Amino acid sequence: MNAPQIPAAILIILIPLMSSYAIPLLGWRWRGAGYYLALSAIGASLVCSLILLYTVLTVGTIHYHLGGWLPPWGIEYVIDPLNGFVGVVVCCLSFLVTVSSRASVEKELPDKKVRFYTIYLLLFTGLMGITVTGDVFNLYVFLEIASLAAYALIAIGEDGAPLAAFNYIIMGTIGACFYLLGVGYLYIMTGSLNIADLAKLLPALYPSKVVLVALAFFLIGTAIKMGLFPLHVWLPDAYTFAPSAVSSFIAPLMTKVMAYILIRVMITVFEPSYSLKAVPVGTILTWLAAAAILVGSILAIAQSDFKRMLAYSSVSQIGYIVLGVGLANATGLVGSLLHILNHGFMKACLFSVAAALMLKTGGRNIYQLPGMHRRMPFTMAALAIAALSMVGVPPTCGFFSKWYLILGAIEAGQWIFVGVILLSSLLTAVYFMRVIEIIFFRPAPSGGHATGEGVRDEIPLSMSVPLWILAAGILLLGLFSEKIVSGILRLALPAGY
Amino acid sequence: MIDSLMSKYNYWIYIVLMMIGFYAMIGKKNLVKKLIGMNIFQTAIILYYISIGVKKGGTVPVLMEGLPHAAAYVNPLPHVLMLTAIVVSVSTTGVALAVLLLIYRRYKTLEEDEILKSMR
Repeated sequence: MNAPQIPAAILIILIPLMSSYAIPLLGWRWRGAGYYLALSAIGASLVCSLILLYTVLTVGTIHYHLGGWLPPWGIEYVIDPLNGFVGVVVCCLSFLVTVSSRASVEKELPDKKVRFYTIYLLLFTGLMGITVTGDVFNLYVFLEIASLAAYALIAIGEDGAPLAAFNYIIMGTIGACFYLLGVGYLYIMTGSLNIADLAKLLPALYPSKVVLVALAFFLIGTAIKMGLFPLHVWLPDAYTFAPSAVSSFIAPLMTKVMAYILIRVMITVFEPSYSLKAVPVGTILTWLAAAAILVGSILAIAQSDFKRMLAYSSVSQIGYIVLGVGLANATGLVGSLLHILNHGFMKACLFSVAAALMLKTGGRNIYQLPGMHRRMPFTMAALAIAALSMVGVPPTCGFFSKWYLILGAIEAGQWIFVGVILLSSLLTAVYFMRVIEIIFFRPAPSGGHATGEGVRDEIPLSMSVPLWILAAGILLLGLFSEKIVSGILRLALPAGY
Repeated sequence: MIDSLMSKYNYWIYIVLMMIGFYAMIGKKNLVKKLIGMNIFQTAIILYYISIGVKKGGTVPVLMEGLPHAAAYVNPLPHVLMLTAIVVSVSTTGVALAVLLLIYRRYKTLEEDEILKSMR
């Protein structure tokens, strides 16, 4: 079968990239241009990603050769069910988060709107590039584009932000450099940079120690980038001090795309039989993930800052995704892919609520929130849905990814991880129920706030509509998770699974 | 032993440089020193990539008469990759310096422990 060469595969990168250069030009005359241009570019990418996913599912894997150079010499973009799925998740979430970014950017960064959306689109370009590329070095370039944009976006935040951004630059650069070294070692052995070509050449070279070193570099590099437990130190500060619009964009997407790199390296570049089973990488990953899940949850309980609590909960949720990869069976991998989708929706929803709270109260301390359900009933209802999903209450989507992960752990005979997942659900319940208890059941302080008790003060429509789409998405994804798993994720699994 | 050390000395230098940079990034308290460490770290990787492209007796990879085989030329691909990596490293340094300016304006110091003290 001829590989379809459809232009959507390149437009998904080109439109946001070119728009990001157009924003400063247009923004010179019309300062509001950034928001609309960013929104339409990401919207166009969303359409492209849907076309791509549809084509992948109906016709087959898409190969797009840049400049007409045939692989393995030229760079090619490859879209298979795995990254088609991740691409749709990234585009969909970015679109919703971008819609809701308007009010909080208006409030927190009034004089930096133009520059903000320029860098914002570059970050989106980087994330999409990582998703669609089929070339390990091209992936590194997009990784750096995304990371540089993320450093800059985090640095424009509030008081502690520059230091958080600097620590992220140091850690992120170590991670990216390790990834680059991994590419270098593979290049020494195979002389190729194309993922499909590497997958073909590597099995003959598996006994070599150089390949093992490459695998180790890839592993540590991506682990730093996605904030896997002992290497997560940059993450809480970066998420907490970044502007709300940025943290609700980076938190659900950045770490997920990095987790996608890990999955791509573990199951496509290397064969899972080598990368997860022959060397004890699977065991290392699962134990680190278990530690991440528990430590993240426990640290989240200790926080009184809402955004910082969410950041530590991200650390623990990354653990779930990595756990599913490390279990090295189909059910576990399905669980972690589903968790990429579900956790993206949950975190986007939660960080949008955090942005709403920043907009209306200017603070993030959860002990200042009593009586908030009277002021912002709809926003707080969305928070409750997302919190229930994080805990894993059945009709919401959070339940289903945990379900697959638990099944995967049972299938692998690793009962201890079943215990870890259940225990962490309990811990998650502790820190979210505390927030819900404060918001819904604690009486509001009398006379403390100028706005007064019981006064309805909802967020603007541009924020509440995406928030509610996210909240509804959490419920719908739960109801339709069986369809997603059988329709997309089963196809994304590698042949050997 | 000495032979194996000497014949691959460029790789040993890369490892030593990388570890120096790594130590500076993690062990130093001054933020500018961390940044310099990051630069050394990235340069070490560039050196490593350049080394893997080099051949003894290889010439510039421009097709010449009388030299039809690829074996006579240096492998240009790692060098081209490093052009990109140099650009990345320059822009990372740029962003990091801009962030350092922000930090200095806010706290009037670039010592990490003093900043952490004043943040409290």
